Amino acid sequence: MEAIPLSWSLGLSALLFCIGVAGVVVRRNAIVLFMCIELMLNAVNLAFVSLSPYAGVRGQVFVFFVIAVAASEAAVGLAIIIAVFRHSESVDIKNFSLLRW
Amino acid sequence: MLFLQAAADAAHGAPAAAAQAGHATEAASHGAAFDPSMPWLILALPLLGFVINGLMALVAARRALPHVPPVGDPHWDTHGHDHAPAMQEVTYAFADSAAAGHGHGHDAHTPSEQEGMDAGTRPNPADHAHDTHHAHDAHGHDAHGHDAHDDHGHAHGPKPWTHTLPSIIAPLAIFGAFVVAVMNWLAMRGAGEFDVIPGWSWMPAGELQVDFALLLDPLSMLMTLIITGVGTLIHLFSIGYMKEDPGYPRYMAYLNLFVFFMLILVLGSSYPVMFVGWEGVGLCSYLLIGFWFKEKANADAGKKAFIVNRIGDFGFLIAMFLLFAHTRTLDFAGTAQAVAGLEYGGAVVTAIALFFFLGAAGKSAQMPLYVWLPDAMAGPTPVSALIHAATMVTAGVYLVVRSSVIFTMAPTASLVVALVGALTAFFAATIGLKQWDIKKVLAYSTVSQLGFMFAAVGLGAYTAGVFHLMTHAFFKACLFLGSGAVIHAMHGAFHATHNPADAQDMRNMGGLRKYLPVTFATMAIATLAIAGVPPFAGFFSKDEIIGAAWLGAEGHSAFSQASLFGISGTALMGFIGGTLTLAALMTAFYMGRMMIYTFFGGFRGNETERGHLHEGNWTLTLPLIVLAVLSTFGGFLNVEKAVFDHVPVIGPLFNWVAAHTVGDAALHHWLHPVLTGSEDVVRNNLPEMAEPAHAAWPIFLAIVIGLGGLALAWVLTSKRNARIRTADQEPAYNGGLEKALYNKWYVDELYDRVVVRPLGAFSRGQWAFDRALDGTVDFFGRMSQTLGLWFGRAQTGLVNTYAFVLIVGVLLVLGSFVAF
Repeated sequence: MEAIPLSWSLGLSALLFCIGVAGVVVRRNAIVLFMCIELMLNAVNLAFVSLSPYAGVRGQVFVFFVIAVAASEAAVGLAIIIAVFRHSESVDIKNFSLLRW
Repeated sequence: MLFLQAAADAAHGAPAAAAQAGHATEAASHGAAFDPSMPWLILALPLLGFVINGLMALVAARRALPHVPPVGDPHWDTHGHDHAPAMQEVTYAFADSAAAGHGHGHDAHTPSEQEGMDAGTRPNPADHAHDTHHAHDAHGHDAHGHDAHDDHGHAHGPKPWTHTLPSIIAPLAIFGAFVVAVMNWLAMRGAGEFDVIPGWSWMPAGELQVDFALLLDPLSMLMTLIITGVGTLIHLFSIGYMKEDPGYPRYMAYLNLFVFFMLILVLGSSYPVMFVGWEGVGLCSYLLIGFWFKEKANADAGKKAFIVNRIGDFGFLIAMFLLFAHTRTLDFAGTAQAVAGLEYGGAVVTAIALFFFLGAAGKSAQMPLYVWLPDAMAGPTPVSALIHAATMVTAGVYLVVRSSVIFTMAPTASLVVALVGALTAFFAATIGLKQWDIKKVLAYSTVSQLGFMFAAVGLGAYTAGVFHLMTHAFFKACLFLGSGAVIHAMHGAFHATHNPADAQDMRNMGGLRKYLPVTFATMAIATLAIAGVPPFAGFFSKDEIIGAAWLGAEGHSAFSQASLFGISGTALMGFIGGTLTLAALMTAFYMGRMMIYTFFGGFRGNETERGHLHEGNWTLTLPLIVLAVLSTFGGFLNVEKAVFDHVPVIGPLFNWVAAHTVGDAALHHWLHPVLTGSEDVVRNNLPEMAEPAHAAWPIFLAIVIGLGGLALAWVLTSKRNARIRTADQEPAYNGGLEKALYNKWYVDELYDRVVVRPLGAFSRGQWAFDRALDGTVDFFGRMSQTLGLWFGRAQTGLVNTYAFVLIVGVLLVLGSFVAF
């Protein structure tokens, strides 16, 4: 079985990351924003995993850390979103600018 | 409560045996110590009166607030409240017009007090400010423009209790203090030793130990009797004069408070306690001058008095600091002892004395600080009588006599005092010659007579100064109250005819003798007294002062050997004697002129007005009569036998009267214990000073001057009195000198140019500098604010923006890695 070339997986990772960045910059829906952040994290995970044959098992270990951080971040983030939604019946981040000056 | 308790303590607990050092020698001769009875009650009663009257004033002011519908209450109408507050029950009127005597149904003094009763709105009709009376409606038309007389029909009703109770409480409080004072005076006679009545430790700060304690000695006793005695009479007069005023309870509260502070001033046993009273009377003076504060002129006069007095108070404070720095004590007995140990005539003692004199000159209206006193006549006339003639303005004289040891130790300073006093006496008398406002004449007369007192104490004739202080309190209070009665009658008459003329201008009067017989008689007696006609009070006291000056010129004063600016004391005292003699002549003249224009000739108003001229009720006349009696006989309190032995006919007569009533030179002997300290100073430092000399010839001079001045007034003014017209037609002055005199030598204008305006310009300059500083600070503040707002726009609050910026930043950093 022929291995998938490294450039492909790194390319996919970069693509996913760019989609995530574009989503964070462009979208206004907090949940979509969240999903885009997850996308970026997973793009990084993919890069770690695809580089592990060359850099050893440490890359794979790092992925577990990222997943753990992403999970806790999702928990906190969703809790915030729910709290905001209760307050303003919307998840549009335009409503999240109350603390601006 | 505290006071009463203290009073009880002082009454029961025997006074401490600590003999007062200053009077030790006297104690040996007289023996018995003075055992005061309830001395704190003298202070507590006026204070109590103030508290009660003050509370009533608050209640009255609260009630006088207009009943306006509450803002934003839509249900107001349905609550059944009357919507026309202006005509509501706040309009009470004074049916009892007996005092005012407006029996014809026009209650002259009943202002429709719709717009707040106690707001200083309405000058008492009898007493409005001279310059502005045209502006204010003197005739009871209120600001609403409807005729006040229309209100009278339904406005009659009983006075509220806040306007009746002060009539009882205020005079009774002062009378009670007077009774206690008399009790103490009776107990004091024959005593030679005077203890400080301990109070409480007031300022225990290291070396500075000031107790709030009282000193009842002959001098403070005399002052207390004058203050409470004359004060009672003036309170009584105030009932008749002021009770129609909307601010009546407030007025009585202030008056009580004044008496309280004045008593602290004279009864305090140390300079700081005296200073409390000193400032307190200044405050009350301010409050009462500006009593009708809604007129700017009155409020300004109050401020002027207060500010000018500040200059004097500065001197008092500096003197106290110096005194403490050099004697380490501030109570009278201690300082008297310590000062006597300083260098005789040294710079320290001279400075202390001069600074004290600055304080005295402020309070007692001496040159150059006299300008506030004539303006102080903006207050109600009884206030002028009590504060600005009889009591407060004499506080400076009291201060000098109380500090007699200091002033005796400083001959140069004493010469300054005498010189300033004599010049003030002369200068003020010249202004008094040409005033048309009856109260202004008396005001300048007061300044002039205070000058006499200062000349006396400056010459070392302390008894003469206090003697004149006392007789002046009698006759000047009588004159002021008399002028009040005149103004009261004049205003009533002008009110009846809706005449807007000035009720205080003598050109509008004339011939009042027939309509105000009691006022005329009492004022005539007081005029004879102030002019110095024997046997009335002023004759004895003024003669003693002028005699002291002439004796000093012959070298018999303790300060004759001193010199001021190289001029010898004797020459200076000759000048002072001459100045005072001329001032006395002018005194007789302007008082005669005032009496002639006011009471002689024919009345210059019209027939209707003439019909409305009448005497006030007993509260107005009784004080006049009592004061006239005192003005008649007060002089016999100090008939010096040694002098009058040389006077034919009247001399033996006076001596006989004095010998069979109070004794030879009674006041002199009475005050002697207080003045032993200064006598010791003279004895120690000027051993060659012989026993006090006496000269009889000034008495003849005084008689000639007194009668001559009055005769001159009769000759010069009675013809003009017959032909002058009322104030709106008769010019106030003809020609240059008269104009300068009428305008008070332009001193106010001079001060305005030299002091007020430069000070204002300087302040404005400072303000400009301040604004420049402020501007710099504000500029930086505003700049950062603007910049902040500007940069703040970058903070959109949207996460997308921040993410975008973050990414741009990351790309820049990464890009820089790649590039380099």
